[in-house]
Amino acid sequence: MADDKEREGTEIAVAEYHKKIKEAFEVFDHEANNTVDVREIGTIVRSLGCCPSEGQLHDLLAEVEEEEPTGYIRFEKFLPVMTKVLLERRYRPSPEDTLLRAFEVLDPSKRGFLTKEELIKYMTEEGEPFSQEEMEEMLSAAIDPESNSIHYKDYIAMMVVDDS
Amino acid sequence: MGSGTSTQHHFAFQNAENAFRAATLIQRWYRRYAARLEMRRHCTWRIFQSIEYAGQQDQVKLHDFFSYLVDHFTPSSNHERDFLNRMFTEERFPQDAEMEKLSDYESIEVPDSYTGPHLSFPLLPDHATALVEAFRLKQQLHARYVLNLLHETRKHLVQLPNINRVSTCYSEEVTVCGDLHGQLDDLIFIFYKNGLPSPERAYVFNGDFVDRGKDSVEILMVLFAFMLVYPKEFHLNRGNHEDHMVNLRYGFTKEVMRKYKTHGKKILKILQDVFCWLPLATLVDEKVLILHGGVSDMTDLELLAKLDRHKIVSTLRRKTRENEKPATTQKKATPPSCAGRPTPWFLPQSRSLPASPLRLGSCGAPRAGRSSSIPCSGPADAEELARRVRRSGDLEMDRCRQQAGFLGSRAQGELLLVTPEADSDADEPPEPTQEEWKQVVDILWSDPMAQEGCKANTVRGGGCYFGPNVTEQLLQKYNLQFLIRSHECKPEGYEFCHSRKVLTIFSASNYYEVGSNRGAYVKLGPALTPYIVQYQANKATHMLTMRQRISRVEESALRSLREKLFAHSSHLLGEFKKHDADKTGFISLSDWAEAVESVVRLGLPWRMLRPQLVSSSMDNTLEYKSWLEDLAKGQLSHENIQSSLLETLYRNRSNLETIFRIIDSDHSGFISLDEFRQTWKLFSSHMNIDITDDCICDLARSIDFNKDGHIDINEFLEAFRLVEQSCTEGDTSDCPQATNTKGSGCSKPGTP
Repeated sequence: MADDKEREGTEIAVAEYHKKIKEAFEVFDHEANNTVDVREIGTIVRSLGCCPSEGQLHDLLAEVEEEEPTGYIRFEKFLPVMTKVLLERRYRPSPEDTLLRAFEVLDPSKRGFLTKEELIKYMTEEGEPFSQEEMEEMLSAAIDPESNSIHYKDYIAMMVVDDS
Repeated sequence: MGSGTSTQHHFAFQNAENAFRAATLIQRWYRRYAARLEMRRHCTWRIFQSIEYAGQQDQVKLHDFFSYLVDHFTPSSNHERDFLNRMFTEERFPQDAEMEKLSDYESIEVPDSYTGPHLSFPLLPDHATALVEAFRLKQQLHARYVLNLLHETRKHLVQLPNINRVSTCYSEEVTVCGDLHGQLDDLIFIFYKNGLPSPERAYVFNGDFVDRGKDSVEILMVLFAFMLVYPKEFHLNRGNHEDHMVNLRYGFTKEVMRKYKTHGKKILKILQDVFCWLPLATLVDEKVLILHGGVSDMTDLELLAKLDRHKIVSTLRRKTRENEKPATTQKKATPPSCAGRPTPWFLPQSRSLPASPLRLGSCGAPRAGRSSSIPCSGPADAEELARRVRRSGDLEMDRCRQQAGFLGSRAQGELLLVTPEADSDADEPPEPTQEEWKQVVDILWSDPMAQEGCKANTVRGGGCYFGPNVTEQLLQKYNLQFLIRSHECKPEGYEFCHSRKVLTIFSASNYYEVGSNRGAYVKLGPALTPYIVQYQANKATHMLTMRQRISRVEESALRSLREKLFAHSSHLLGEFKKHDADKTGFISLSDWAEAVESVVRLGLPWRMLRPQLVSSSMDNTLEYKSWLEDLAKGQLSHENIQSSLLETLYRNRSNLETIFRIIDSDHSGFISLDEFRQTWKLFSSHMNIDITDDCICDLARSIDFNKDGHIDINEFLEAFRLVEQSCTEGDTSDCPQATNTKGSGCSKPGTP
């Protein structure tokens, strides 16, 4: 009895996930032929609530690409993989305070901010480096032009509001 | 632990690792944030586009409505019959002689108080430059000069071939610009950044100069002026908006009448003609074909070069020779209800009549026709009756048009019906053939698609979708290198497709909303390599971060979307109820998404948009009635009127406005209460809207603020918050946008 209910619950969840995935996919399916450019997969996956690293994304791509990569990802391949990701709750985003602590690691003297140069250095040299475009975009929103620094607590708060 | 150095090492390593991990976390998190922004941007774009194209579909539906009117409506009284007849009588399409008279600008005095630019002909380059400068300073050109310029423009255009040729031997560079849609700022910016036109700097403007933006008149003046000054180097292609029928709906007609209250009608009449004389395409070095929309698998450049382009008055509707032979069905791209329907005068058509013989008939004896005929009113002057009796069907239409003075084609030796209103025959070209008309529609309305093949463009209602093979076929057939077209707004202002064989160039930046897209133009040198320049003619956007830009545009799109949803409230309620068999008042969010799509049919990602549209939902369910009420609260202003009526009016408001403008044949901006009632009755009978006469009367009377028996169109629309601020502030276009009631400014309608 409980098993049936659980199965039914999962079925409903799966059906709903399917619809969500399909919607997100279709936004980038410009040619209306159930394919998207491989470069958009990251956006699609992330907009469905996941927060993979670039490395994890790369692994995911390997699962959905054709044997001979065409530059396009087909929906038939994407759907089951992505459904599994959602069901397993893979690549969950970190909570806000983890993010705050990450900034604090980079700001060991606990000033409450990072200078523009420091931010650039960390984001473009450490971890999975930003492209120039990504860096510029982050700077334009994050940097307080007067102090030329990023007050990360405020920044996080602002981004979180937008996200919800 | 261990020795000092290895501890240091250890910590250093730890720190490095920590920094690495911290950075990764931040980057991961930022990328997700950016992706969500990107998704929002795409969704917003989809909203705008789907609403825009749905609007264009509406226009086709509107024409269906008029055809339906002609076929099926049986006036139930003299009154209604007269009204219908009034709709069918209109001034003749001006002939050449009259055209001279119309452009009789010499009699128009320019007062001493006029501080705007003066023009003298023949135009010199300095005049054209001065014109740009004057418009930049927000001056307005006097009607006399407008008419003079249009007159000269027409003279010039008549000499041009359908397909113009430009060579990079003479002009070192050719700059091609796309849609401008009345956005003067963009044109000024292009000239500023790229340089003014000159013999060394050729320009091609690829259609859609007017509509939507607020400075269509000024754009035309500038473009025409430069064309007269540099006839060999400055070229214009016709777009689908260079069309008086389209202008009725999309704002250009309104703009002209607002700026030129006295002479606007004359100006519009000449423009109607000028638009028909615009060339259809431009060829650069015989290698690059530039045209507004696209091509089809039937596109025949030789035919296009030969046909009389002036016959194509509007691409929206072509009068068909139903009486002669069945319309040859070109399988693609014929607007759905085009074939075999009679066309009332107010729908675009060529000037001449079909070749069918006409019979006046006696004083209105009901004729057995396709649809029910009109009961005869009784004894009346035979001639009068002959003029007033309406018979449905093809013959009747022709007769009405004949009465209105359209001329037959003497060249084909038909019987010419002479009525008091008919005039002497001028050299009337035969109307375009179905083939010719379709060729022109295709190049003005088509869009490229990624799949191979060629299929009807159902979204726009005209032209086709053409695939890479169609492009390839055309390029090979005529030995061309690539195609430049416009017609579609692109986020970056341009887009390549079909393996870079097709370039879309769109020059109206911030088209949907401030920050929505860039504009672009393309330059070609002797090597014909396209060099693209992008811009965004609004300083404000540069200051905003991407996030802010997206938010602004998104908010605008969502506003439009909420409006649209509100307009379908009754249907939505019906759909929701279907998902709520147990009558709990709640439905799941999933059902909500399905229901909404099935009603509005915009093909939007509703689940993604849901957080923006549904503010309150508990554990994945929604109390739909209160959601609808919330929607209404955001839109309603007028408690007196039944909300269903309001909703219906709202849903049909752009159609209504167009209809009003058509009825208001002298463009006075006023229609009588009676006309309003009649209009609404006709409209509602077609749309199967169930609204009583009394209700309409009440509505009409309540809107007649000064009780003089006339309704100002603007007043009417204003009463329902339907008028954009553009009417008084000269701002935006005719895109649906919720506005704030200027409650204090306008008088509230009295209680009925």
